[in-house]
Amino acid sequence: MTTPTTPTSAAKIVEEPSSKRWASRFDWRRVGESLVLTVGASVCALALFGVFCATQGANPLEVFGAIYKAAFGSAYSFQNTLVRTAPLMLAALCTALPARLGLVVIGNEGALVMGGLAATLAGLQMTTSPQWALLTVMTLAGLVGGGLWIMLCGLLYYQRGVNETISSLLMNYIAIAVLNHLVNGPMRDPTSLNKPSSLPIPEDKMLPMMGETNVHYGLVFGIVFCCLAWLLMEHSTFGFKVRMIGGNIRAARMAGLPVAWIGLVTCFLAGGAAGVAGMVEVAAVHGRANESLAAGYGYSGILVAFVARHRGLPIILVSTLLGGILASGGILQRQFKLPDSTILVFQGLVFVVILYSDSLQGRFKIFQGGRA
Amino acid sequence: MVLGILAGAIRGGTPFLLVSLGECLTEKSGKINLGLEGALLVGAMSAYAFSYRLGSPWAGVIAAGVTGALMGLLHAALVLRPKVNDVAAGIALLLLGSGLAFYFGKPYIQPSAPQLPAIALGGWATTAQVKAALNISPLFVLGVVLAFAMRWFFKSTRWGMHVRAVGDSPAAALAVGISVKRTRLVAIVIGSLLAGLGGAHLSLFYPGAWTEAISSGQGLMAVALVIFARWDPVHCLYASLVFGGTQAIGPALQAVGISTGYYLWNAAPYLLTLVVMVLTCSRKRTLIGAPGALGTPG
Repeated sequence: MTTPTTPTSAAKIVEEPSSKRWASRFDWRRVGESLVLTVGASVCALALFGVFCATQGANPLEVFGAIYKAAFGSAYSFQNTLVRTAPLMLAALCTALPARLGLVVIGNEGALVMGGLAATLAGLQMTTSPQWALLTVMTLAGLVGGGLWIMLCGLLYYQRGVNETISSLLMNYIAIAVLNHLVNGPMRDPTSLNKPSSLPIPEDKMLPMMGETNVHYGLVFGIVFCCLAWLLMEHSTFGFKVRMIGGNIRAARMAGLPVAWIGLVTCFLAGGAAGVAGMVEVAAVHGRANESLAAGYGYSGILVAFVARHRGLPIILVSTLLGGILASGGILQRQFKLPDSTILVFQGLVFVVILYSDSLQGRFKIFQGGRA
Repeated sequence: MVLGILAGAIRGGTPFLLVSLGECLTEKSGKINLGLEGALLVGAMSAYAFSYRLGSPWAGVIAAGVTGALMGLLHAALVLRPKVNDVAAGIALLLLGSGLAFYFGKPYIQPSAPQLPAIALGGWATTAQVKAALNISPLFVLGVVLAFAMRWFFKSTRWGMHVRAVGDSPAAALAVGISVKRTRLVAIVIGSLLAGLGGAHLSLFYPGAWTEAISSGQGLMAVALVIFARWDPVHCLYASLVFGGTQAIGPALQAVGISTGYYLWNAAPYLLTLVVMVLTCSRKRTLIGAPGALGTPG
């Protein structure tokens, strides 16, 4: 770096080789600190949730046991969990990728809906094509639909300085309105009476299940996308540039990085991931576009991204855990008479405690020292 | 139809008005609170529940204020700590607030609670429609009074100046002996209290029932509305009326038989917010009226 930079960014840049040769210079202090804080915060959130359950007249230990059984207790319930994990992983990337740039994007739900709509529109054009072609085109359509949707937020931010959090949130509502308009009007299948829907894509060409299980191939999409995101962000020049912008945008500009371009590409990829989540929901679960697309995976995805500290690999783990908790909603209702919103309360508690734990960073001596 | 939109502007604009005044106060002290949506929902639910249980809508209004303020206290406890992002904290409270509101509100979806009495300003009118349009929520009156009072507060009182100082330059405020944390705490709690009152208007006046879809992002739009209003409480009043009116366009069109694009009209307020933000924001010049330290951690 020959260009003048501020002290903080210089420190940031010097630190970078550690991720290039991570095997030899693994920064156990940083990883250890975030691991301890995250796990500690999750335990605190569980304890708080236990207190909440106790005040509602349900034995917390029994509730936890039931959640575990409903989420991971048997092969059947674990498959049920994994089905929910796939869209969560993809939707979480929509917040996680721009977060590395320093942007808080929460348009996951909107990107998911637009991706699902685009995939349906594309799929309905080629119902007679072979399955592989249909699914490929649907995936691409989902990617582009969701990607452009979030890229628009990025464009507004870099061109006009419009706050990306608020714009992406507003666009969630706009996306849902577009979905409602299309499935109630132009795209409506006249035979769908109770729940207005689009025409279905042929059932034999939907995204199949993996082997003998009830888990569809969407899970593979999710894992592949998260791994790719991890490689891209932690181990590529592009990811380095993104993190540099997130670390100090002025220094990045000084160093001659095309800040807006990198930002727009990141937003496109982020939205694209959520769009593929919409495609998976259409192609593997619903078989058509309707209001079930906006089932809240987008909002849960925001939580996943924050708990996983916006890193690709932890997202896989956190999504699995949260997928299990979402899957146990029904049991809580039947066994303990706790309404479905209990899960929402739990998610909110986890989020609050995780954010609180952020403020404890750098407070523990054991994780300091070395270069920190 | 014009009448319908006008009436809708006042009825539908009241929650926008109260929430945006709350957000305005919070942002003047230098913090953003996206969690006002959560406070709005919790307020709406508790207003309805207390009004139903105690049989008095005013008990509901007080309950909404108290629960709204509690949500604000939680937000303040988070954002006043170091390294916590305001926006993320707001989303967390949005999730938690809607979770709590839906959880405790479940038993109140069916029964009907006593509603707030309307203030009839249409006594002079001859047509029933005009009379109905001028039946105004007491909380709207409160909001209008508050808007002007708040402008005076910021401009001409000592405390108002403290709030502005803390929002513009916390370091300078600290140097002259103002407690930054305490000022922000009070601003956030009162802001959230106002959002709770906005919720009371939703469940006790218009639409006047507790449902889980009662707010649909109005608390969030209020945040954008404050930017549109350039952090001026009286401008918040005008902006809220415009937003309330936009919300009423879809139903008003349907009432006269135009139902094409009904679902798209539902998106009108969100689209308007977005357009307003695109037009009023700019990378080049800093926003006129924006508090200097808005959204910076610490």
